[in-house]
Amino acid sequence: MEFPEELKYTEEHEWVMVEDEVVTVGITDFAQDALGDVVFVELPEVGTQVEAGKPFGVVESVKAVSDIYAPVSGEVVEVNEELPDSPELVNTSPYEDGWMIKIRMSDPEELDKLLEADAYEALTEEED
Amino acid sequence: MKKTPLNRIHRELGARMVDFGGWDMPVQYSGVIDEHLATRGAAGLFDVSHMGEIEVRGEKALDFIQELTINDASKMVDGQVQYSAMCYPHGGVVDDVTLYRFAADRWLFCVNAANIDKDFDWMRQVFGQGDYPGVDLVNRSEEFAQLALQGPKAETILAKLTQTDLKAIAYYRFAEGQVAGTPTIISRTGYTGEDGFELYFAAGAAESMWQAVMAAGEPEGLKPCGLGARDTLRLEMKYALYGHEISAEISPLEAGLGWITKLDKPSFVGRDALVKQKEAGVPRRLAGLVMTQPGIPREGYPVYDGDRQVGVVTSGTMSPSLKIGIALALVTPECSGVGKELTIGIRSRKVGCRVAKTPFVRKDRD
Repeated sequence: MEFPEELKYTEEHEWVMVEDEVVTVGITDFAQDALGDVVFVELPEVGTQVEAGKPFGVVESVKAVSDIYAPVSGEVVEVNEELPDSPELVNTSPYEDGWMIKIRMSDPEELDKLLEADAYEALTEEED
Repeated sequence: MKKTPLNRIHRELGARMVDFGGWDMPVQYSGVIDEHLATRGAAGLFDVSHMGEIEVRGEKALDFIQELTINDASKMVDGQVQYSAMCYPHGGVVDDVTLYRFAADRWLFCVNAANIDKDFDWMRQVFGQGDYPGVDLVNRSEEFAQLALQGPKAETILAKLTQTDLKAIAYYRFAEGQVAGTPTIISRTGYTGEDGFELYFAAGAAESMWQAVMAAGEPEGLKPCGLGARDTLRLEMKYALYGHEISAEISPLEAGLGWITKLDKPSFVGRDALVKQKEAGVPRRLAGLVMTQPGIPREGYPVYDGDRQVGVVTSGTMSPSLKIGIALALVTPECSGVGKELTIGIRSRKVGCRVAKTPFVRKDRD
């Protein structure tokens, strides 16, 4: 299981890649493995305002429906158009091709509340 | 939590385990879709040792079984299996079962795992209300392990392990023989829609049987399969699952089990209520729904005809074979006809679907 050092993480198993004021968001390797085969992803439209800690979308495996939570607040500036037709990208490439949305942050200080890779990895070991 | 005799093997294989009605069971090994497609394309091996087995013996066994079950067991011959159900007097379902006739005075019920104690208590209650001299009921669930070997390669695989002439066992028939050196009830039945077998044998032989079947099957593409694939496979066939399509609150007529509900039998528990329900008009019908817009229906989601709610989803999933959302739903009769356009409430949206021909996936058998 991979936990890239350069990313930040939430306790709800999203990852965040920071590039200036825009962050890319997806779900972690641990999350996709726990879900099993991802068969449906529901994402917000570009322009939607999301709020840190609130659900912005849904990921469904064969068996289960799970909310995806916004790690930070802001405006959705891009969504991964590949996912509706190829939801399995969340399984095969959770940190790259399986990314979900990009958010222009309204409050970059929210990033301070996110977990570093080692802290997140420790969290997953407790849950496993 | 209760464990089957294969629990250790499931864990060694890295299966994801879940609590299924009080049983610690594998939900998946390699992945639900992979296991599902392996079963449709080659073969899958399922541990179904959690299922219950209840034996009925005695000269008057048939009289008791006829009163207890809704199907007509009087037409069965030795070596035959029948899909049936037990109902309460009000017409709701106690459980759906398969019934094995070994001899006129020896029968075996296979019942759902979560219902074993309830079913056995119910059987004893019905037994106590009639006069069946010499009839014995024995719960033998602990003695048996059970494997389901399902898929187009099932016969090829099993033939490597037995001298029994498998071609002579027709669909819904069984034979007693040896598999991998273990005395086994070899039943040509299943819950996937594929050709295949359900194997009953002594619980102590479970690990060696599993290893033997896997070793014989792996060259043919056999994969171990969990409850996840078992559910998606049965859903594609519109097979009812207790607690979803059938329950104490759902009658067999509503659940699409009219074909096993033999109202022309002179008497059985629930008959009067079911006759009345049929005369008055069955209030709900089980329909198969296919999504016409993106979305996955799930149990409990409401079904609409325009603005009016006309039913509720009892089971839903993404069909691994069709790669589209499918559901079973109890809906009003006027909305149950094939081709009817409906919507399903998925979160905040109404998503289009259509009543489909079922089974959703056509299989040619026999």
